Amino acid sequence: MALFVDIEKALGDFRLKVKFEVGEETLALLGPSGSGKSLTLRCVAGICRPDRGKILLDGETLFDSEQGIDLPPQRRRVGYLFQDYALFPHMTVAENIRCGLREKGDEPLMGELMAAMGLTALAHKRPGQLSGGERQRTALARILVGRPRLMLLDEPFSALDSHLRFQMERETRQVIHRLGKTALLVSHDRDEVFRLAQQVAVVREGQILQLGTRHQVFEGPETVTAARLTGCRNLSRAIPLEEGMAYAADWGMTLKLPPGKECPDWVGLRQGGAVLGPGENQVKCRVWEVVEDPFSVTVMLKTAGGAEPFGITLDKKVWKQAEGETLTVSLPAGALLLLKE
Amino acid sequence: MDWFPLLNSLRIALISTGIVFFLGLLGAYYIAKAPRLVKGLLDVLFTLPLVLPPTVVGYLLLRVLGPKRALGGWFLSAFGLRLTMTWYSAIFATVVVIFPLMYRTARGAFESFDETLAQAGQTLGLSNTYIFWRIRLPVCRQGILAGTVLAFARALGEYGATSMVAGYTPGRTATISTTVYQLWRTGNDGLALRWVLVNLAISALVLVAVNLLERKREVA
Repeated sequence: MALFVDIEKALGDFRLKVKFEVGEETLALLGPSGSGKSLTLRCVAGICRPDRGKILLDGETLFDSEQGIDLPPQRRRVGYLFQDYALFPHMTVAENIRCGLREKGDEPLMGELMAAMGLTALAHKRPGQLSGGERQRTALARILVGRPRLMLLDEPFSALDSHLRFQMERETRQVIHRLGKTALLVSHDRDEVFRLAQQVAVVREGQILQLGTRHQVFEGPETVTAARLTGCRNLSRAIPLEEGMAYAADWGMTLKLPPGKECPDWVGLRQGGAVLGPGENQVKCRVWEVVEDPFSVTVMLKTAGGAEPFGITLDKKVWKQAEGETLTVSLPAGALLLLKE
Repeated sequence: MDWFPLLNSLRIALISTGIVFFLGLLGAYYIAKAPRLVKGLLDVLFTLPLVLPPTVVGYLLLRVLGPKRALGGWFLSAFGLRLTMTWYSAIFATVVVIFPLMYRTARGAFESFDETLAQAGQTLGLSNTYIFWRIRLPVCRQGILAGTVLAFARALGEYGATSMVAGYTPGRTATISTTVYQLWRTGNDGLALRWVLVNLAISALVLVAVNLLERKREVA
C-alpha cells in the first residue's frame, strides 16, 4: 500500500480517529464541513501533529508516535493544493513555481510544466493579476515541479465559478492520472468525488463511516449520512413488520424489503429510483409540489398517511402525460437503500 | 553652528532602529508561538517601556549599566569599556524605549498574515528561515516598514532616558533634544530655535514617509 494512515487527534471537543490505506489511486474523503477531512490532510502533510498513531508513505515512516518519529513537512515530499491555492502574492508566477523546485536538475521540468499548463506567457504576472483557473494551474505546477510522492487536494474547486469548475476538474484529473501516485481529495461535492476518485471514504464527526470503491459507496451507502452525502434526499425511518416487510414511518406506507434482508433503521430512495404506475410496493400519492429543473421535473409526493413527502425525478415529457392531482408509483424493493442510523 | 548633535542623534537613531528592527521582529514572531502564560507575561514586559516615564527607564538602565553595578562593572573591568556617559550609552536607552513600537506593529502585521502561505511553503520544501525572511516579511512589509519608521522617529526624539544614561557633554554625547534643553536653560534662545527647526523638519519628513506607507498599504 502506498499510503497508510492510522491517527488520532483531539481538538477541543472534536476527536479525529481515522484509519485507512490506499494504493496508487485517488481516495476521496467525503463529508460535511467540520467532519475532520481537512484535518486528516493536514496531519498527512505534517502541518498538524496527531496525538497518536502512524503515517507511512511508500514504506517510509512519516509519523509514528510510539517511535517518536515526526518528519517535518519539508521532508515528506507531499504536494498540498490548498483551497485558496496559497500562492505567494509578492512573487510572480515563475517565482512561485520556482519555490516548488526541490532539485537543481529539475529546471527543465519547470519549463515543460509551465508550457504544458499554459503558464509561459503569464510567467511575469503576479497572482493578483490571474484568473481563478490560472491561479489553480500555477498552484498545481508549483506542486508538480517538486515531483511529489503524494497529492493532497483540499476542496480544490470550491473557489471557482461553475463554468470553470468542470474544466479545472478535467485538467486536475489528467494531472493526477499522469503523476500516477496516490491522491487524497477532500470534498463535499458528490459529483466531483465520483468523477475524480476510485475509492471513497464517508467521514462524519472525525470518523470514517464507510470506505469502499466509488461504486460500492454510491450504490450501497450503509448509513443515513452516507446516503445523504451521496445525494439521496428521500429518507424515512423504518419500523419492522412481519418477515420481510417494513413500515416507512415518514412516508406512511408499507414496504416489501429485498428477499433475505432484515428491517433497517432507515430506508432511502434515490430520486430516480421510483417507477411510474403499478408494481412492487405500489402506492397512490397526492402530488404535493412540482419543482421544475432545467431538463427534468421533481415531483414531491405524499401518501394518505404520510408525514413527509418524497421526491421523484421525471423526464419533462413523461410528466406532461402523467400530470394530475394524484399519481400511482411503485418503489421496487431493489431500489431501496437499507440504512443504519 | 556645530553640527555634532545632528550627527550624533542620527547615528544613535539609525543604530538603535537597526537593532530594534531585528529584535522587534523576532520578539513578535516567537511570542505568537509561546504558550499562553508566557505570551501574556512577555507581552507586558515588551510593551512596558511604552507606558513607563523615560526617567524610570533611565533609572533602571543606570542600575544595571552603571560602573559600580553588576553588568557595567564587569564590562569596565573586562574590556575597559564604560557603558554610561558615552555617546553609545544613548543606544541602550533608545533601544529600550523604541522596542515596543517595533514589536507591537510587527505583531499586528504578523497577526494578519495568512498562515496557509507559511504552511504551503513548508509542504513545498522551503526552509523555515526562507519562509520567514522571503515570504512572511515581504507579505507584511507595509506594516513592518511603518513600524520601523515610527521607531526611528521616536529614536530621534528620545530625551529622558538618554539624558540620564548618556548625559550632556558638548561634542561627545550631545543630541538634538539634549542640546535644545541645554541651550534653553542657559538662555541661548536663538540657537535653541534653530535646533528646534532642524528637529521639526526631520520629524515632519518622517511622518510624511509614514503616511505614504500607510496609503500604499490601503491600496494593496
